Amino acid sequence: MQHKGIHKKDAYWLGFIALLTMLPMVPAVTANSFHMHVVILILLFASMSQAWNIIGGYCGQVSFGHSVFFGIGAYGAGMAVVTYGGMPWPGILIGVVLAAVVAVVISYPCFKLSGHYFAIATFAIVEIFHRTFLVWDWVGGALGLDYPLVKEGLTNLMWYDTKTGYYYCALVLFLLIFGTVRWLEGHRFGYYMRAVREGQETAESLGVNSTVVKLAAIALSAALTALCGAFFAQYNLRVDTPMVMSLDMSMKFVLITVLGGSGTLVGPLLGAAVLIPLQEYTRAFWGGMGGGVDLIIFGLLIILMVVKQPAGMIGIFYAVRKRILKRNIAAKGESADGAP
Amino acid sequence: MALLDVRDVTMKFGELVANDRVSFTVESGSIVGLIGPNGAGKTTLFNCVTGFLKPTGGAIIFDGADITGYTPYQIARLGAVRTFQVVRPLKEMTVFDNVLVGAFLKTSDNREAFARAAECIEICNLESLQEKPAGELSIGGKKRLELARALATRPKLLMLDEVMAGMTSTEVKVSVEVILRLREGGITLMIVEHVMEGIMPIADKMVVLDGGVKIAEDAPDRIINDESVIEAYLGAKYAQRFKARKEGGLIG
Repeated sequence: MQHKGIHKKDAYWLGFIALLTMLPMVPAVTANSFHMHVVILILLFASMSQAWNIIGGYCGQVSFGHSVFFGIGAYGAGMAVVTYGGMPWPGILIGVVLAAVVAVVISYPCFKLSGHYFAIATFAIVEIFHRTFLVWDWVGGALGLDYPLVKEGLTNLMWYDTKTGYYYCALVLFLLIFGTVRWLEGHRFGYYMRAVREGQETAESLGVNSTVVKLAAIALSAALTALCGAFFAQYNLRVDTPMVMSLDMSMKFVLITVLGGSGTLVGPLLGAAVLIPLQEYTRAFWGGMGGGVDLIIFGLLIILMVVKQPAGMIGIFYAVRKRILKRNIAAKGESADGAP
Repeated sequence: MALLDVRDVTMKFGELVANDRVSFTVESGSIVGLIGPNGAGKTTLFNCVTGFLKPTGGAIIFDGADITGYTPYQIARLGAVRTFQVVRPLKEMTVFDNVLVGAFLKTSDNREAFARAAECIEICNLESLQEKPAGELSIGGKKRLELARALATRPKLLMLDEVMAGMTSTEVKVSVEVILRLREGGITLMIVEHVMEGIMPIADKMVVLDGGVKIAEDAPDRIINDESVIEAYLGAKYAQRFKARKEGGLIG
C-alpha cells in the first residue's frame, strides 16, 4: 500500500544525506570558500523554509511573520555573546522557547481570522517588531550587535579559518528540521494539520481541535525557525534588525517554499537550491548594478511558477514523471499490439 | 435511558424560528429517521445537536451528559459524529488519508488507526478508490467517503445528513445494507433524509418536522398513515382525499 513508496523515498533521502556529509572532504568544494558559503546558505534556507512549511504548507496558515521568530532566535544568540559576553547556547535556548511563546501569543487572536486575513495580520506584526527592535537600546537598537573575536570551536559556535564547522552545524540543523517534518508526515499530528488545511469544519466534526492543532504547529514552526535564526547570527557574526527581522526576510520563507512546492517534504530544499545560488551569485557578479537584481529575478520566477504550475517545482516533477510513465505504457502497448 | 435526548430545542436566526421547541429521543441501538419537507429545519436541528450551531433555547443530553453549547470536536470526542449533507472531502488528501483522520480520534497508534481506516474503507466499498485524491471522487463516492470517515471514529451515535441523496438506486441499496450492518455492530443511527422511501423500511422510529415544529414521532408504519404528515408532504387536498378513501375502506 502506501508504505512501499515511503520507504523508497527515504532511501533516496539517506543517500542524499550521505553525500552531504562527505561534501567537505571534496577539496574542490572546500578550497573555494564562496561555494562553501552558498552550500551552507542552501542548507540554512532550506531548513528555515521547512520550518515555515509546517504551519504554512502542511497546516495551510500562510504566515508572513516568520522573520519575527527568526529574529528572536538571532537576538537570543547575539545578546548572549555580545551583551553578556558568554557562550551563545543559553541565548539560543531562551530564543527558541521565547519564539514559541511569542508565536502562540500573537497567533491566538490571529487564528480567529480566516484565510487571507491571517496572512495580512502577520504582515502587521513584522512591522511592529521591526520598529520596536530598531529603537530598543537593550537589544542594540539601530546599530545592531557586532560579535567580538573569541576562541573558535563548537563551545562558542564560531569558526574563522574555514567554513567546515559551520557547514556541519547547518547540516545538523537541516537534518533536525527535515527529520522532524518527515516524522510528522507519518503521524497523527501531521494528518491533523493537513485535515485542518483542507477543511477546518470537517476536521472539527471528526474530533480535531483545530485551534490547538494550529497553535501547536506554529509553536513548533517558530521554535525551529528561531534555531535557524541563531545559526544565522553565529554565521554572520552580526545581528541587526533589517537583516533578521524584516519583511524581506519574511518573504524568503514563503517564496522558497512556494517555489519548491509547499506542503511537501522536498519542496523547501528544491526552492532553496534554486533561489539561494541565484541570490548569492547575482549579488556577487551583478552587485555593481545596484541592489535588488536578485529580487527582480526572484519575482519573475515566482510569477512564472504561480501562473504555470501552482504546485511548485515538485508539481513540475510529478507532471513530467506522469508524462514519461504514460509514454512508457503507450510504447509497451504499441509493441504488444505490433507483435504477431 | 435514551442515548440522545433532545429537549425543547429552539433555534432562531433573528426573527426566523428554524426550530421551535423540538423534543425527541433516540434510544440506544435504534435507527431514528428525521424527515420533513424542504425547509422543515432538519439540518438546523442536526447542526444544533452536533455543536455547529448553539441552540437559542432547550437542552441536548447525550449519553447522560448535557452537551448543549459544546463545540463540534468536543461532541465528536464524546462519540456523536456526523456527516455533511453538502459533502466536504479533504480534497487534496487521498481517500485513505481522509478516513485515517477519522480513525485517529480514538488512537494515536499508527498501526491501529491504519487497520481501522482499512476496515471502514472496506465496509463502504471504497477499496478501489483509496489512493485517489478525495476531490476526484463522484458524488456517490464522496457520500460513501463521508460515511467511512465518520465511521472510522468509532462513534456511539452516527448522524447521517442526507447520505443517500443524489445516489443511484443501486447505491441506495448498498447504503441501506451498510446502515443495517452498522446497527448490528452496536451503533445507534440518526438519519436525516429528504426522501421517505430510503429510510422508512429500516427505521425503528420516525421524527417528522414541518416548519420547524415536530409534527409526529412514531413507528414508520404509523407515520405513513398520520394525517398531519401526509398533509405536510402532499398537501391538505390530498390528505382529505386520503382520509375519505380510508373511511370508505379503500385503503387499509
